[in-house]
Amino acid sequence: MSTSTHEAPVSLYDEPGPRTRRAIRLWSVVAVVVVVAVIVLALLQFASKGQLDADRWTPFLSAGIWQYLLVGLWGTIQAAALVAVLGGAFGLLLALGRLSRNPVIHGVSVAYIEIARTIPVLLLIYLMLFGLPQLGLNFPLLWKLVIPLTIANAAAFAEIIRAGILGLPAGQSEAAVSLGLSRGQAMRLVVLPQALRFVTPSLVTQLVSLVKDTSLGYIVAFTELLYRGQVLAAYNHFLIPTFVVVTLIYLVFNGALSTLASQLRRRPGKRSLAEPSNGAAPIVGVPVTDTRADNTPVGNTPAGNPKE
Amino acid sequence: MNIFADSAGPLLEALGTTVMMAVIAGVAAIVLGTVVTAARISPIPVLRGLAFAYVQFFVNVPLLVLLILAVFALPDAGLLLPLTPTAIIVLALYEAAYVAEAIRSGVNTVGTGQIEASRALGFTLVQSLRLVVVPQALRAAVQPIGNVMIALTMNTALAAAVGVVELTSEANKLNLVEAQPILIFTVAGLIYMALALVIGLAAGRIEKRVAIKR
Repeated sequence: MSTSTHEAPVSLYDEPGPRTRRAIRLWSVVAVVVVVAVIVLALLQFASKGQLDADRWTPFLSAGIWQYLLVGLWGTIQAAALVAVLGGAFGLLLALGRLSRNPVIHGVSVAYIEIARTIPVLLLIYLMLFGLPQLGLNFPLLWKLVIPLTIANAAAFAEIIRAGILGLPAGQSEAAVSLGLSRGQAMRLVVLPQALRFVTPSLVTQLVSLVKDTSLGYIVAFTELLYRGQVLAAYNHFLIPTFVVVTLIYLVFNGALSTLASQLRRRPGKRSLAEPSNGAAPIVGVPVTDTRADNTPVGNTPAGNPKE
Repeated sequence: MNIFADSAGPLLEALGTTVMMAVIAGVAAIVLGTVVTAARISPIPVLRGLAFAYVQFFVNVPLLVLLILAVFALPDAGLLLPLTPTAIIVLALYEAAYVAEAIRSGVNTVGTGQIEASRALGFTLVQSLRLVVVPQALRAAVQPIGNVMIALTMNTALAAAVGVVELTSEANKLNLVEAQPILIFTVAGLIYMALALVIGLAAGRIEKRVAIKR
């Protein structure tokens, strides 16, 4: 994770003078002492229950266990990639549908997005697991995970893409149309390429949330990282070490994606579009609003164009 | 519709659990998220780093992993709480990271010129935060926080996976008896949509009342 992401929001305060510097140093020491105390207390508690014994952790130095867990990570990646491709394509259609002038297409798209945003994915998975077999539809395990996640994530992708299209200056499509392009051509050749580049950081952030969602494979018994961790823990009875390692793998994998997203946000040349229309410059680093693990849209990513 | 009449009691109780989890975790997440944001914009580098680490951790690790870690693994280290409070604590810690991001995006909407102006007027840091930055930041953050609250309500469903008897798990139980998955899960889905609608409308009303026209 890049250090500049938590750089000082300089404009909030002046360069500290000697007295403020002393106060900052004092509070830094207090904060460090408190954090160290909490960590030491936790470690003592863990140690008193024998959770820090070497024989509980050394197995995780063996290649076998890592091989076992990495197969799970591979399953996670496969499921996430499928959902990203299918959900992205479906989301693009929904975004165009929501912007369509045809009231039926518009209405259906809006209804879909609103419904998919407000139903728990777990409920969709249960419906998939128990409902569809009753209708004689029985999919392989992978698809029992991928289909509900695609249904949910398509709505999120749609809102991100729509925000990108609305964030583009209207002059772009007006110019394209005045050059003689049809509305469809203008969208395909002029608006979409720019809009998609503009929202690439948000799309990568949605990817993080999607990778997190694949942990629901635990419920359908699809071989992804969390499920493998669960099987491993049931076998070796080292629950804490196993789930801590699983947590760390998710943290490293998604942390890399998150860092990529924030670096894309910082990329020069993208600023002009990302600036809020009122001319207020962001104070703290980058405006990250859409990193949540759900289907809520990116409320204020682009210039907040009110037309719909 | 008979199946719902027979099991109305347990279903309502489960809905109560869902609402209770969402309300308690929601309030806790907003309080904790505010504290994290305060640390994040403070002049103390150690606090900024800690707040950054907090947000990065909870934004990148799946909620289900945290729930399983807290409910099934931590008791091995003697950290054992009743099931539902454990789930509520994990939810609150998790969503607080998203609340912090929402409030920070609100802070970003405050113009640099305003802060410079308040400094030029001789405000101390605490004064300019209290009188200029925070009032505007919180108003701008109403809608994003509302979205986090909707997400939180949907995420309470994950507590079903670790054994909390809330709406989703009760619906699942009812389905095991009645074998009417499509009907039962659709009704449960409609209830979640109604909850999300209530939160969304409330956020909309609050926003209308406090919004700053720019």
